[in-house]
Amino acid sequence: MSTKTVVAARASWSSTVREGETLTITDLHGNQAVDFLVYDAHDTSVRYSAPDTIHAQGGIFLTTGSVLMSNEHTALMTVTADGVGRHDTVGGACSKESNTLRYGHHTYAQHACVDNFLAEGARYGLGKRDLVSNINWYMNVPVEKDGTLGIVDGLSAPGLSLTLRAERDVLVLVSNCPQINNPCNGFEPTAVRMTIDGADAA
Amino acid sequence: MAATATTDGARAHARAQEGARAEAMPVVPARDWQDPPREAGHLVWAETVAGGNYTHRVLARGTELRLTDLHGDACAHLLLYADGRPWERLNVADTVKVQWNAYLGEGVLLLSDQGRVLASVVADTAGRHDALCGTSTLVRNTERYGDGSPQSASPAGRELFKLAAAKNGLEPRDLPPSLSFFQGVEIQGDGALGFTGSAGPGGSVTLRAEQDVTVLIANVPHPADPRPRYVSTPLEVLAWRATATRPGDPLWDATPEGRRAFLNTAEFLTARGLA
Repeated sequence: MSTKTVVAARASWSSTVREGETLTITDLHGNQAVDFLVYDAHDTSVRYSAPDTIHAQGGIFLTTGSVLMSNEHTALMTVTADGVGRHDTVGGACSKESNTLRYGHHTYAQHACVDNFLAEGARYGLGKRDLVSNINWYMNVPVEKDGTLGIVDGLSAPGLSLTLRAERDVLVLVSNCPQINNPCNGFEPTAVRMTIDGADAA
Repeated sequence: MAATATTDGARAHARAQEGARAEAMPVVPARDWQDPPREAGHLVWAETVAGGNYTHRVLARGTELRLTDLHGDACAHLLLYADGRPWERLNVADTVKVQWNAYLGEGVLLLSDQGRVLASVVADTAGRHDALCGTSTLVRNTERYGDGSPQSASPAGRELFKLAAAKNGLEPRDLPPSLSFFQGVEIQGDGALGFTGSAGPGGSVTLRAEQDVTVLIANVPHPADPRPRYVSTPLEVLAWRATATRPGDPLWDATPEGRRAFLNTAEFLTARGLA
């Protein structure tokens, strides 16, 4: 059993992924940031924790073998395949408000990931208090020796993908990042594909 | 018959304890603190927080808050919320991303998720802090130290944050990633973390509230602390009346991102009739 969904540029998406099932995210056109939050499907107060994930694996970049940890330090999903090699869990999501700081007030009217997360999360009763620092698949955020960090040109390419295995029943929220003011989408957001495969099909 | 076998005796026994001193305790009123810092005006909060313990307070805009690592093994895990509007809260990702730096230090603004400033770091003599690893958890502390529950000898930061949050009307889902002061982490070129530990006894960091804020502090070992033993020593907390950052102050214009954050904050407070 396999379900495939193309998430249009700038759009949001969500799904439950059952324990043992896999979710494959395909960067159809290359260099598209995919903002990603994951919750325990049965208790959404248990949700992805960037800090727990970072200190559990001893580093800030996500790739094959990275375990996405919850705020209670339990496993939510594991990266089982990755064609890119480096993904971000430090930078969080763009919002209309943070965009005014990063680029200027002229960007306030632009669509942003936090709005996607709020709209998608509302379908499950999740609100602003439920949003935390998220993963940015395909986004490249190097950190220099003095701590300087920034979103730079991506390492991805058209057709590259990564696969996550659910370690329990999880709820996944995705914002297909609409940011057009930094290199995370090559200044042009594009579509991505979500594929869920059943445990038996893996 | 023991002296405390009657209500009169029990009351007398309890009342006789007034004036006792402990190493870790709040001093009330704060102005009775024995050794006020030179720069302090009117002290509004004076407390020594025990290792493995927590505290919380609501601070008015303009209040300065100095945290001091007395013996070199404090770690102040910190969360901030706009007082009365907890849906506006510290956003660690925005804090590091907007300011183009993963490390905390003097001049760093602690940003909310609404494009505004909750507090600014106005002084730092320690230089070893962390915005990436968050705090410790019940599961991890139980694995490492045998227990992580609040009543244990090795409480987890998240468990203490849950208690501090509850006392401010907040639930576990209101706990976002936190900051840690006095126990640092360095990021290597390949993204790996290196634990730097403490800068030693006496280091301090001073924050300035740029809005009315609810502050939650848990003083527990950093989650990346490699030592097998739970090492957590007292944290001194002093706060005094001061002035929020104003236009013309060097910090206001230190960076274009920070200037816009201060402008957003000022607009918000003006519209609310608060400034």
